[in-house]
Amino acid sequence: MNKVMNIVVCIKQVPDTNEVKIDPKTGTLIREGVPSIINPDDKNALEEALVLKEKHGANVTVISMGPPQAEKALREALAMGADEAILISDRAFAGSDTLATSHVLAGVLRKLDYDIIFAGRQAIDGDTAQVGPGIAVHLDIPQITYVEKVEVNGDTLTVRKAWEDGYEIIEVKPPVLLTAIKELNEPRYMNVKNIFETFKKEVKIWSAKDIDVDKDLLGLAGSPTQVKKSMTKELKGQGEIVNKPAKEAASYAVSKLKENHFI
Amino acid sequence: MNIADYKGVWVFAEQRQGELQKVALELLGKGREIANKLEVELTAVLLGSKVDDLANKLLAFGADKVIYADSELLKNYSTDGYSKVIIDLVTEKKPEVFFIGASFIGRDLGPRVASKLGTGLTADCTALDIDPENNNLLMTRPAFGGNLMATIVCAKHRPQMSTVRPGVFEKLAKDETKISSEKIEKFVPVLQASDIRTKTLEIVKHAKDIVDIGEADIVVSGGRGIGNKEGFKVLQELADVLDGTIAGSRASIEYGWIDKALQVGQTGKTVRPVVYIAVGISGAIQHLAGMQDSDYIIAINKDEGAAIMKVADLALVGDYTKIVPELIAQIKAYKLL
Amino acid sequence: MDFILSKEQQFVKEMVREFALKEVKPIAAEIDQTERFPMENVKKMAKIGMMGIPIPVEYGGAGGDNLSYILAVEELSKVCGTTGVILSAHTSLCAAVIHQFGTEQQKQKYLIPLAKGDTLGAFGLTEPNAGTDAAGQQSIAVLNGDHYVLNGTKIFITNGGVADTFIVFAMTDRSKGTKGISCFIVDKNFKGFSIGKHEDKLGIRASSTTELIFEDCIVPKENLVGQEGRGFGIAMKTLDGGRIGVAAQALGIAEGALEEAVNYMKERKQFNKPLSAFQGLQWMVAEMDVKIEAARYLVYLAAYNKDHNLSYSLEAARAKLFAAEVAMEVTTKAVQLFGGYGYTKDYPVERMMRDAKITEIYEGTSQVQKMVIAGSVLK
Repeated sequence: MNKVMNIVVCIKQVPDTNEVKIDPKTGTLIREGVPSIINPDDKNALEEALVLKEKHGANVTVISMGPPQAEKALREALAMGADEAILISDRAFAGSDTLATSHVLAGVLRKLDYDIIFAGRQAIDGDTAQVGPGIAVHLDIPQITYVEKVEVNGDTLTVRKAWEDGYEIIEVKPPVLLTAIKELNEPRYMNVKNIFETFKKEVKIWSAKDIDVDKDLLGLAGSPTQVKKSMTKELKGQGEIVNKPAKEAASYAVSKLKENHFI
Repeated sequence: MNIADYKGVWVFAEQRQGELQKVALELLGKGREIANKLEVELTAVLLGSKVDDLANKLLAFGADKVIYADSELLKNYSTDGYSKVIIDLVTEKKPEVFFIGASFIGRDLGPRVASKLGTGLTADCTALDIDPENNNLLMTRPAFGGNLMATIVCAKHRPQMSTVRPGVFEKLAKDETKISSEKIEKFVPVLQASDIRTKTLEIVKHAKDIVDIGEADIVVSGGRGIGNKEGFKVLQELADVLDGTIAGSRASIEYGWIDKALQVGQTGKTVRPVVYIAVGISGAIQHLAGMQDSDYIIAINKDEGAAIMKVADLALVGDYTKIVPELIAQIKAYKLL
Repeated sequence: MDFILSKEQQFVKEMVREFALKEVKPIAAEIDQTERFPMENVKKMAKIGMMGIPIPVEYGGAGGDNLSYILAVEELSKVCGTTGVILSAHTSLCAAVIHQFGTEQQKQKYLIPLAKGDTLGAFGLTEPNAGTDAAGQQSIAVLNGDHYVLNGTKIFITNGGVADTFIVFAMTDRSKGTKGISCFIVDKNFKGFSIGKHEDKLGIRASSTTELIFEDCIVPKENLVGQEGRGFGIAMKTLDGGRIGVAAQALGIAEGALEEAVNYMKERKQFNKPLSAFQGLQWMVAEMDVKIEAARYLVYLAAYNKDHNLSYSLEAARAKLFAAEVAMEVTTKAVQLFGGYGYTKDYPVERMMRDAKITEIYEGTSQVQKMVIAGSVLK
């Protein structure tokens, strides 16, 4: 690429669901005190953008749709080395499902220059893996998901896509949307110097009026899927607990296997 | 979008290299049940090149009809190729429900198709049902990293789309009497090479010795409590003596003790073996999500209070390095009798 | 009065916490056992700008404040006392000296690589006969045309075996007592400089603590820091800053020990109850918690004063004195709470207890701190 590459990374601030616990008394999720982090797959996407920036020179912009506190995630991205950050936040987006979200982010992207759009494969709170492909189809650009390696060769990209039982090497010309998985790289830590610089930079805040997206496609109204109900999972009933010396424990287990015709 | 115009249950018949994927048949199994409740037809949608025999197989496993798009350009999966054909088909034929397997293909294809159609997609459903009040599809899935179950509806948009992981539902028994060429609608899709914007340079498969843990009847799985890579040797022995396979929790993969194809859990595979033996696994929600529907769960753990112990049918409290060799010896002895 | 960390400080703390858990904690026990200096982690820390946090950007640093640097030492020390002191000796006792007292030329030549983490720093004041009585320097530096010739030995030098740049003190004029001590920058490659004994220590065992030997060591004239005779003042001022680093290290060690103990108490059951259900042990935990919090604010205040150009010598002494004592008390109690298991190397608390002890000794013993404090109060 002769001109400087423009890479836009889509990130989401999520609660660290690995730290979430269930209140044993009420059976509901304990959400307070759960730290907010950049979604792990998104961090891999950002890291790759930064690697490409170091190798080939690129402008890395990070965007996120979220409530005002998502600014912290964007600052973290700047402290890792991104050049610019945009938070798109508006009450009108409340209740958005993945389709509405993909419309908003596509709306932001239409106002930016991009050669590569990077997103994480899926978020650890929604676990849908839908927003990336949604954005790609709204922008009518090709997509490659499950990306585990990216190389720039002149004006084409050579991408390694993971399959369940192997991988595929794909050639594609930008613009393209790529979704990252954890095997892609090891995300860097924030750099202390960048931490002090990032708070001198501006995180741009956009709202619904800054993007040209039909109102009907936003928020609850623009979300075909709705949650009808949610519940904590009913765990299987407890079975037998055996606390005996190894030989006896094993013997009991074998008798159970026999009894159930498993062996 | 006029909801009333949309009729029928569709299943994406995922095939790779001329072989139907297990999940497609499982979805036909569930699709049959849903189609029956809605009193509509169950159609399998097959894309590929010269895969006529698969069309027959789909009928034998429960489809009332097969729509088969045959093109050299569809021989291997590409996002552009497959999504264009499917979007055109759905726009034309208007199914009310569309199931796709949540494989790497399904999770690439499903969201692109749903977003283009402006309809709702619910990913990784673990339960599907019909709401008797309004005939809407009720799609239940884990959320919040597996800590919650949510039931989703897509009331005002069509088709109602779901992706489902392999191993969640069961396929029907094969009935070859159901095969009939009249039920197959074969056509050449409107598709040109220039529609496909990616070029495949190479496809590489892993070495064959990586077993598909989703197929095994008996799984011996190790977690953080195994302690190191060598600890898995004794688990492999146990798996061998039971004709099963080894697997592991996310920790074992992150420590580099076993291959990621063997990971069970929220970000790994869902397995429903006959017997699941969890060794040195604490039973974090993310792991349980991948195995708790196993028929019989045995847990071996030093910690009596570990979450897995509450979920197991049989929980053995103790040191696996002592219990597992005993199990191996006793099972061997039994098998010799 | 604002007791809330700034956004930048929060980020530094979180980032170092993550780094400590992922990179430092997993090898802490091993490096303690093998006395292996964790060079690979020091290189990683350099890459993310940790080796020059309070040094300005134009000198290769991160352009941050002292409190952020102290938070970094604290977070590292929570999981590994050794890694904490590697950072604090390098930053407070070497980089900070050149930043505060060096010429522009010295800053360009030595400070920039130190702040970037391309080189490591150390501080050579202590001698076999000059510990607490630091003024009793016996090393000599004689001016000879365009260079000084240094002779003498230093002992117990942190980072000694791995540093590139040393701040070294020696007598240039015996007759003037403390006013005859001068400060020099010594590069490890200077002729006549060598490393002697590596100490085999009770704690911070992976920290490289060595003897420095100067045998007609040639030090260029331009490597004199400040003026001849100003060395002792430089040393004392530097130690004031260094004390805050040690106090942060002690604070971190104490916090790490309490965290380990608390987690253990929730899991370990005796008499069918977790240890956390026993009031006697709950009270121990309460005492440990309060002392840690008190230490915290003494440490942070000293750093705050330094950042705001307020005097901090007294505050630093208070912080180090108290935090070191708290570290000893908390780590000892932590081992107690673990019972027999705490006495073994399977658990980290015995290491934390061994690491804690040095904080009562180096960079001015607790007795010296009391001299400083009493001197201030009684003046």
